[in-house]
Amino acid sequence: MDLSWMAWTWHTAAFFGVIFLLLVGMGVWEYARPGGAPRIGVLGFETTRGDRLFVSLLGSAFICLAWLGLVGSSLWWALALALVYAVLVFRWV
Amino acid sequence: MDKTWNNKGWFFVLPVLALVLFSAAIPLMTVVNYSVQDTFGNNVFFWAGSEWFEELLHSQRFHDALWRQFLFSAIILAIEVPLGIGVALAMPRKGWGVPVCLVTMALPLLIPWNVVGTIWQIFGRVDIGLLGHTLFGLGLDYNYVRDPLDAWITIIVMDVWHWTSLVVLLCYAGLVSIPEAYYQAARIDGASRWAVFRYIQLPKMHRVLLIAILLRFMDSFMIYTEPFVVTGGGPGNSTTFLSIDLVKMAIGQFDLGKAAAMSLVYFLIILLLSWIFYTVMTNAGAERGRATGGEGGR
Repeated sequence: MDLSWMAWTWHTAAFFGVIFLLLVGMGVWEYARPGGAPRIGVLGFETTRGDRLFVSLLGSAFICLAWLGLVGSSLWWALALALVYAVLVFRWV
Repeated sequence: MDKTWNNKGWFFVLPVLALVLFSAAIPLMTVVNYSVQDTFGNNVFFWAGSEWFEELLHSQRFHDALWRQFLFSAIILAIEVPLGIGVALAMPRKGWGVPVCLVTMALPLLIPWNVVGTIWQIFGRVDIGLLGHTLFGLGLDYNYVRDPLDAWITIIVMDVWHWTSLVVLLCYAGLVSIPEAYYQAARIDGASRWAVFRYIQLPKMHRVLLIAILLRFMDSFMIYTEPFVVTGGGPGNSTTFLSIDLVKMAIGQFDLGKAAAMSLVYFLIILLLSWIFYTVMTNAGAERGRATGGEGGR
């Protein structure tokens, strides 16, 4: 199958690969500990671990955009910041 | 007692999954791929990294289009929601007037968007349009082709004409679901008209109203056809909203990399705002459910 029209690069393939692995990981986590671990965190409303992953990914995207807009083109520090943010979300949201 | 789990039902989800994959996920992946590359056609791509995103985030043109888009959505919501509630409250609850009102309200929703744009494009013209000609005859210097404020007013009035009905119908559905006993209790208590609205009708309309706000916000934030047909984004760039700017960039300039980057930023903004709306809606429902002892909830 010719997928050249999709213009794949290894960077974008790795990006989607990580998202896919995250989803698989969440599936395994849910299988091992069913129920989604709902709780009311610092935002004041109930979130499951799926909600926390979504908030982490969406927030990470905006962290990277803010970094590009305000700081510069190297996204490694933005990625590190996004990881810290994701840990904080999974811990306290 | 343990539940019996039968996971065979998940196979029924597979067609939907395949459909979403082909109609949404794969195109989105392609947009992501385009956003980090440059192309001059013929499936030949050059790596650009985050260049398009940086250029976009520092672009005054993008900032202006984004600001116009937010302003448009805010004005639309500020007009359509109170107006929709008002019209729904004024509509009859029984008798022959109900079907007449419902059909009349539904009519603008049935008209295709480009037809609505064409109707208002002609309607507002000073030379042959009824509205434009009348306003000109009254001595008003109205010309949506030349004046940015007139163009904005025309587009806003057109959207209000086209979409307020949706808010009306949703609010009306919420209103007719209120049992008569609530009104009887209010009458016995001597409640004022305002008190009936504030403590009976508005809480009962709450959920449909939030859905209406979400739908109208999303629709107005993604509006393209109507303003494009009426003004083409002009005069100048005064009515060039994000979607119009995006099409100009992707098709007009064939700047596919930058257009893909813009699409993604546009998508992320919509995703964030949808999530905020959804969270507010579901949690408001859950809180109300807890307050009324079980009704509502996620």
